[in-house]
Amino acid sequence: MSATDPILEIDRLSMIFGGLRAIDDVSLHIREGEICALIGPNGAGKTTIFNCITGVYRPTEGRVTIRRGSGQREAIQGLKPNVINRKGLARTFQNIRLFGNMTVLENVMIGRHNALKAGVLRAITRDAATRDEEERLIDDCRRILVKMRLDPFINETARNLPYGAQRRLEIARALATDPFLLLLDEPVAGMNPHETKELEETINLIRDEEKVTILLIEHDMSLVMNVSERIYVLDYGRLIAEGSPDEIKGNPEVIKAYLGE
Amino acid sequence: MERNKLFRDLRTSLIIAAWFSFLLFPLLVMKVSVTGGAALVRFRWERLPGIAVAAFALSFAWRRALEWNEARGDKPSGAGPIAALTARARSALAVKPIRLSVTLVLLAVVAVYPFALGMYHTNIMITALIYVILALGLNIVVGLGGLLNLGYAAFFAVGAYTYGLLWKYAGPAFVAAGVDPGWLFWIALPTAGVLAAVFGALLSLPVLRLRGDYLAIITLAFGEIVRMVLQNSGAVTGGATGISLIPRPWFFGLRLPPRQAATYIYYIAVALVALTVFVVRRIEDSRVGRALEAMREDEIACEAMGVDLVRNKLVTFSLGAFWAGIAGVLLAAQTTYINPDSFTLWESITVLMAVVIGGTGSIPGAIGGALLLKLLPEYFRPLAQYRMLIYGIAMILVIIFKPDGLFPRNRKKYTFEGAPSVDGQEARR
Repeated sequence: MSATDPILEIDRLSMIFGGLRAIDDVSLHIREGEICALIGPNGAGKTTIFNCITGVYRPTEGRVTIRRGSGQREAIQGLKPNVINRKGLARTFQNIRLFGNMTVLENVMIGRHNALKAGVLRAITRDAATRDEEERLIDDCRRILVKMRLDPFINETARNLPYGAQRRLEIARALATDPFLLLLDEPVAGMNPHETKELEETINLIRDEEKVTILLIEHDMSLVMNVSERIYVLDYGRLIAEGSPDEIKGNPEVIKAYLGE
Repeated sequence: MERNKLFRDLRTSLIIAAWFSFLLFPLLVMKVSVTGGAALVRFRWERLPGIAVAAFALSFAWRRALEWNEARGDKPSGAGPIAALTARARSALAVKPIRLSVTLVLLAVVAVYPFALGMYHTNIMITALIYVILALGLNIVVGLGGLLNLGYAAFFAVGAYTYGLLWKYAGPAFVAAGVDPGWLFWIALPTAGVLAAVFGALLSLPVLRLRGDYLAIITLAFGEIVRMVLQNSGAVTGGATGISLIPRPWFFGLRLPPRQAATYIYYIAVALVALTVFVVRRIEDSRVGRALEAMREDEIACEAMGVDLVRNKLVTFSLGAFWAGIAGVLLAAQTTYINPDSFTLWESITVLMAVVIGGTGSIPGAIGGALLLKLLPEYFRPLAQYRMLIYGIAMILVIIFKPDGLFPRNRKKYTFEGAPSVDGQEARR
């Protein structure tokens, strides 16, 4: 396997809603171990791309392919979200979508859903294997929560968490599904500078220690410039620039898109 | 502020009293008597103050109650005398000897019930227990899965007709072979459960993408379709006349007299209720139960976490239907006669009401709700003509003042009990 062969490739993707081309012929790729950012003004189609990748929408045109380890390239566009998640793509949501009435631990436990096997019959009989599984589950979840510095809240109801912790919990829950690629939709939206700094460390930690590749959508430019190695810029559904943070900073097209003429 | 509110309530109630007096005037005050071809209108003015005062009092009381409820909503739940009482009861039950003795007393009451109260009450209790099983089953669909099902009686019918048809077609062979046809009950019990579950899965296929109102309408239609099919395929199911003389369950080859038979079925019903509670609790507290919980909270997030919603909903509908099938067999065995009229929309709604009044998602709620809804009408026969009115009022009151039901759900929450380890402390900083 070559490190340069991308693990996610989007090829000429278009998404049309009625008469609106929300995404227009976008191609991008992410290599293993990268932290990539997808930026652009509001309504540029960033979240739509996420939704096309994770199966919430079926793209109108184009292909989304992934490659796991040294395996074959496989197309995932049009598959259902849970199938795509099983293939190793996990995401967070722009408007936090935690299971608010469940505890922090339980939220992460749902993330481990596919790591367990017990079905209805085993739930009823609750044999030794199932009990073991449940015990291991709680340990695994706790380990993830410790890593995300959420263990002080472990038994708290999710909706009662401070805002920043809720965002971190979404990442923890996504990590629990054992992804190779993590898609973060505005992970620091609404966070204060201190929390943002902390999350920046967390993102680096996830990439370095968990070996998870990251694609993030973000409006906070300091975070984007600090963590990402490559940046894609989207405007009105089209890709207008691609490059390293420095290249993007000096790109006249990007400045025009953000500031107008 | 408080005074202003009071004043406003008084004023609104006065207006309402006036409006009601006007509305009810032709009905309650005017009386037309036709004598000898001439209509004579008699005004019973003495009734008017009564109407006005009653409308005023009701309106005022209702308004105050709503305000009290709103004010109460601001406080964290767990305050108030009832909550304190339940909390005390819970902590008392946590003590082992107390819990043991309470359980023993309950068991003893359940055990001697048919002997102490006789056949009439036993039969009423059996009907109530059948509804408890139904409510527990529907509770899986509505309470755990968060899916509305207004066609639940269809699965009840599938169960009852499984036994009825088995009897109708296999019964003669059993009798001819000299085998007690009561065996059919024990064959029908699992068969009906499985068959109803299959029907549940079938129903779940078209409704997978539907939510809310649409789901309600489709399930409602499904319930009616099943009933209509049973009613109109007379050659197979006996049509509107149904199937009669269904045998009672086998009991060591003895033909029990009615009273003993009722007692026997009562014990079977109790055992099945216990089994249902056991199974529902196990499922609730498992990987499947957690996924259902998450699905109810947020379908999109749940799916994004890799939970297969299609499979989840299928399992939910099937599991719920399974218990309805079991309850159906029990009904056929108790009444020894079934026809499509026992499985109308009204049955579905009664079960749903039991679940909602008891407390959606709560096992004690489903049991309590079903018992209340089935036992009270039996023992308040004189009020039978007001039954709908009372149900309606009860429903409104519960939804406004106790939206979690009379016996709200106390979900087991997974918690981490171990002390935070060293690395945990470190991570906290």
